[in-house]
Amino acid sequence: MTSPLEQKKIRITGPSVVTANRTWDGAVVYRTAQKGWSTELSDSAIVSTSDDARALLAEAAADDVGAVGPYIAPVELKDGGKVKPGNLREQIRAKGVTIDLQVPA
Amino acid sequence: MYAYDELDRTLINERVSEFRDQVKRRLSGELTEDEFKILRLQNGVYLQLHAYMFRVAIPYGTLSTKQLRRLAHVARRYDRGYGHFTTRQNIQFNWIKLAELPDALADLAEVGIHAMQTSGNNMRNVTSDQWAGVAPGEIEDPRIWSELIRQHTTLHPEFSFLPRKFKIAITASEHDRAAIKIHDIGLRLHKNADGETGFEVLVGGGLGRTPFIAKTIKPFVHGRDVLSYIEAILRVYNQYGRRDNIYKARIKILVHELGIEKFAKEVDEEWRQMGDSELRLDHRAIEEVRSRFSYPAYEKLPHMPDELKQAAHDPLFERWRKNSVSAHKVQGYSIVTLSLKPVGGPPGDATAEQMDALADLADKYSFGEIRVGHEQNLALPHVAKRDLPALFKAFDRLGLATPNVNLVTDIIACPGLDYCSLANARSIPIAQELTRRFANHDTAGLIGRLHINISGCINACGHHHVGHIGILGVEKNGEEFYQITIGGRADENAQMGTLIGPAVPYAEVADVIEDIVEAYLALRDRPEELFVDTVKRLGVEPFRERVYATR
Ligand code: HEM
Ligand code: SF4
Repeated sequence: MTSPLEQKKIRITGPSVVTANRTWDGAVVYRTAQKGWSTELSDSAIVSTSDDARALLAEAAADDVGAVGPYIAPVELKDGGKVKPGNLREQIRAKGVTIDLQVPA
Repeated sequence: MYAYDELDRTLINERVSEFRDQVKRRLSGELTEDEFKILRLQNGVYLQLHAYMFRVAIPYGTLSTKQLRRLAHVARRYDRGYGHFTTRQNIQFNWIKLAELPDALADLAEVGIHAMQTSGNNMRNVTSDQWAGVAPGEIEDPRIWSELIRQHTTLHPEFSFLPRKFKIAITASEHDRAAIKIHDIGLRLHKNADGETGFEVLVGGGLGRTPFIAKTIKPFVHGRDVLSYIEAILRVYNQYGRRDNIYKARIKILVHELGIEKFAKEVDEEWRQMGDSELRLDHRAIEEVRSRFSYPAYEKLPHMPDELKQAAHDPLFERWRKNSVSAHKVQGYSIVTLSLKPVGGPPGDATAEQMDALADLADKYSFGEIRVGHEQNLALPHVAKRDLPALFKAFDRLGLATPNVNLVTDIIACPGLDYCSLANARSIPIAQELTRRFANHDTAGLIGRLHINISGCINACGHHHVGHIGILGVEKNGEEFYQITIGGRADENAQMGTLIGPAVPYAEVADVIEDIVEAYLALRDRPEELFVDTVKRLGVEPFRERVYATR
């Protein structure tokens, strides 16, 4: 959980979302504009100012039953409005591991 | 094999129902994550990038086939069909749903498996040589002592709320397969001049942010006094342990700051005050635990059976035998290591199908017993030599006969950024690429013993400091970079590796490792000189030159 003090310090430098892990199964989820959680990054509420980011995080953190450990993560907005994860860590969270798991023949 | 008693079973079952209730209250919102976190950690449940991760203990690395089949069942039923064997004789499941965890725990409890002592600031499961009880020349089975310590420390208040986690490892052989010098307490069983059995006690080892090799605090503690001596160490640690600073509260820091002499004096003082009180083990207590370890009824078999003589004409079998089969204390038997490091595969992963098939093979060929070692490989501890050719064929079909044990492709790697929320960089894909570069097992055989260890951050779960070649993931401006060390080792001559130069980007790591290996092949003075010995003889400079001259 992000403490109120830390939330005050938050500064974002580009478009961002709030992400967390869903409580009952741990799945990666994103905060939506409808104050819910979605497993699709494309459903997420996108903020572009630090104030909005703090507000979104505070609102998301209040839902401790729905999801665990919410934080602000960078995204990239592509032409045509597509949302992409903003760094490798978020890419791996969104798309899964980068290894092809070995399956016995 | 070890038979749990009634008390253990009751305790395990109580923990399962307690946790079931806690999970229910968490999911209903009655418990917040802050309140729940400590409870889930006590049951081996972490939160990782994609899901909850569930860590299960395999005490001193001994599994029955019934237990292995149950692990396969958990992988299949509650996870994605595989499990990951770690460097601390645990297995981790990466995709477990919190809502289903109590059921998974209950299924495991039925076969005496649990997740106690796998996480949190307490005494962690006591690890031991994976060849315990079968290695030739062993003083005695170290698991007896692991078990005595386990019983004493499980849920004991003095050990449940420590400043930080606390790890003990035991070995009873000349060659240390349990990496005791990088544990908080390392115990080496040996005999004193009077022929009595006892322990050399080492203290203050550990890796992570501030790595230390353990130092000997007492050359000989009689077996019956080992619990009280450990207790004395723990008491001194608990008095001094700096709980205020999470990075400093490990015993290695305390030993370093006080100096081993002063620390030893304080422990001796504490120990003397305890006298030969409650904690001295009597003969009966030791024998009682000893009697619960059962050994197979070995047959009287020839040293060199006909089956083995015939199979020696098959070069693939011979290559595997020379690499993966080791001497056993009983004539006519062998210890067989199974590589969980296939070319291109993630180190330490086993699928549910592999686990089930292996359980069948262990029933047929190894008296129903499997071992788990800290190198993220498995072993069958009691294989009759006459069965080796048949076993090889069966392993080969399962993808478990990669003849690369202790070679350059037998890589220890932590989960890294593919799974771990603390990671700076990926570990597994680096390991996979390296196994492809050195995919020719004959070439790897000519290179000889070479341990590569990879960690995705300074927590050092992949033991990079003590790898012959160590690779540590760091982050530079949002990109994955890797620091490379050479000359480390984890055995009885444990030492930290030396950094060879500036960190290199992800795409160059495999090239750099190839350069290092080529430099070694050019520099070694004869084929038997191991990589670590060449580094010891020449220092890191010639390797540094080779790697950075063109970069
Ligand atoms: C993916 C989940 C994991 C997490 C979050 C995790 C976290 C950590 C942390 C925070 C530490 C440092 C603690 C300290 O120094 O006090 C640590 C140490 C360690 N971990 Fe992990 N770990 C994970 C997986 C693993 C795996 C898969 C292995 C084995 C392959 C492993 C083996 C170890 C070992 C041996 C140490 C002790 C290193 C030392 O001596 O300081 N861990 N882990
Ligand atoms: S070393 Fe770091 S990245 Fe690797 S598993 Fe441990 S905590 Fe995670």
